[in-house]
Amino acid sequence: MSTLAVEVSALEKAFGTVQALRGVSFTVRPGELFGFIGPDGAGKSTLFRILTTLLVPTSGEARVLGVDPVKELWALRRRVGYMPGRFSLYPDLSVRENLTFFAQVFGTTIQEQYELIRPIYAQIEPFAERRAGALSGGMKQKLALCCALVHRPDILFLDEPTTGVDAVSRREFWDLLAVLRQGGLTIVVSTPYMDEADRCDRVALIQAGRLLRVAAPAEVGAAYEGPLFRVRGGERFRLIQSLRGYPNARFVFPFGDSLHYTDARTGADAETVRRDVSAYLAGEGFGDVALEPIGAGIEDAFMALMGTPEALTPREAGR
Amino acid sequence: MMIEAKGLTRRFGDFAAVDGITFDVGEGEVFGFLGANGAGKTTAMRMLIGLLSPTGGEARVAGFDVYRESDRIKRSIGYMSQRFSLYDDLTVRENIQLYGGIYGLTDAQIRDRTAALLARLELEHAGGERVQRLPLGWKQKLAFAVAMLHEPAIVFLDEPTGGVDPVTRRQFWEMIYEAAHRGTTVLVTTHYMDEAEYCDRVSIMVAGRIAALGTPAELKTRFNAASMDEVFVRLARPANGASAEDSMSSVDDETSPPLAERGEGPGEGGSTGLGERLSDAPGAGGGG
Repeated sequence: MSTLAVEVSALEKAFGTVQALRGVSFTVRPGELFGFIGPDGAGKSTLFRILTTLLVPTSGEARVLGVDPVKELWALRRRVGYMPGRFSLYPDLSVRENLTFFAQVFGTTIQEQYELIRPIYAQIEPFAERRAGALSGGMKQKLALCCALVHRPDILFLDEPTTGVDAVSRREFWDLLAVLRQGGLTIVVSTPYMDEADRCDRVALIQAGRLLRVAAPAEVGAAYEGPLFRVRGGERFRLIQSLRGYPNARFVFPFGDSLHYTDARTGADAETVRRDVSAYLAGEGFGDVALEPIGAGIEDAFMALMGTPEALTPREAGR
Repeated sequence: MMIEAKGLTRRFGDFAAVDGITFDVGEGEVFGFLGANGAGKTTAMRMLIGLLSPTGGEARVAGFDVYRESDRIKRSIGYMSQRFSLYDDLTVRENIQLYGGIYGLTDAQIRDRTAALLARLELEHAGGERVQRLPLGWKQKLAFAVAMLHEPAIVFLDEPTGGVDPVTRRQFWEMIYEAAHRGTTVLVTTHYMDEAEYCDRVSIMVAGRIAALGTPAELKTRFNAASMDEVFVRLARPANGASAEDSMSSVDDETSPPLAERGEGPGEGGSTGLGERLSDAPGAGGGG
């Protein structure tokens, strides 16, 4: 038996000519809150479906709780909890009926598992008799989480539980995951929201079926090759064009109310670079623009690691 | 002013989904329209694009009255949503031609604008590709360009960047800046709070009312917050979560995912859901 919660090696999955996973390898330790971060179409759902026994990989190896999800699916099924990306509970059944149903399928009851699900169920219990279809987005996600938990799984797979949910509900959902993690549960979760990376112990950045990086959130930014600056002032649209015209520009991206500028002179002294770029911008008519050296965040790192993003190669990426 | 709303209200029975909102959006402005699920954004947006009649208050969009001139509003605006924007089974070029025809452009205009649009998006080689073969990010950029084909005075973008990678998301915002730079007014909704900071001004709706309106810098100062995410969290769920959720659940038009359940919203009794009506509206269409 492996001591790892998840062990995946060179996993590939093709759907016809579409290569959804291209050689994915990683491990998840017991008790970890492990996040997959990447856009739609990156392969997150395919990976989750393989690990929860719902899809068979084209090649490669996987172990979940030491069990092979292809050969021993029935042994694994009752030990994993899975919350799919789309709301897949019964909209015409009430909150309580949905939860009772999932408990009974696994031969248990809400009462037996009450302590386990209480932190989440307490928030939806006031609406126990409401039809699941009539719940708000955030509440549906909480109910789905309860249903995925009610058979007391040893590992939980949550596929984009916060997509399309407002910022407040997203926060609440992550707070609940933190509570479950403290209880010792291993949780694997996916999200397209880069700002949720910080809630995870480790993250895997995934793009076009490949893992770009697996690391603790803080390490992802720390490995970024700068110098990187926040640029403020000037009319954004013209400033972007102008900065892209600078011969040493590596990346220029809008970031909220400012821009992030990465210079191509990797490892150069930030102050020297700042002066050079400021002088260039002054010559371009941007005398009042301020450059401030900053550390990279997850998004900076993700974009740098993307290399040739899908955006730049529509012909290939469409295949 | 390109959008002027005064006390704009929409009731469904005794429930006010939009409860007397007042705001203006100027020419060339990028205006962020934010709110929690169920706060009333979608209902407000439906009124502004002429798909739903208000039950009170006034609003003019591109100078036209939302009660009496909704057809003229539809011709003056572009609309893009995440799900219903382009026909998957048609090629890129066919989609552009189709919408050009719906907008009433001449053949010569369609020809010129198709060429210009494909060149600008660097999609010349993909003109004959069916839209379903394009990566999501390209679909979204193409959908935006198509919503702008008739050079509308105002473009409404409903969750335009959901699920796309961070580079494409930024390319999308650059297209928004470019449109604004040319004088187009942009009204955009998003669940990415960092994106609120890309807007010139934002409004945050809570329980049918505008709870805050200003530039991102003003709002962060006023609420003593480091980010728009913090501003949003403080405003959107001020007291206890349960009661907010309770009122929210009766307005299910903005639950996750953003557009999937529109037909079940408060519109289900008297009015038609947005999804069914999109083929009537400029800048929108069935999803193939």
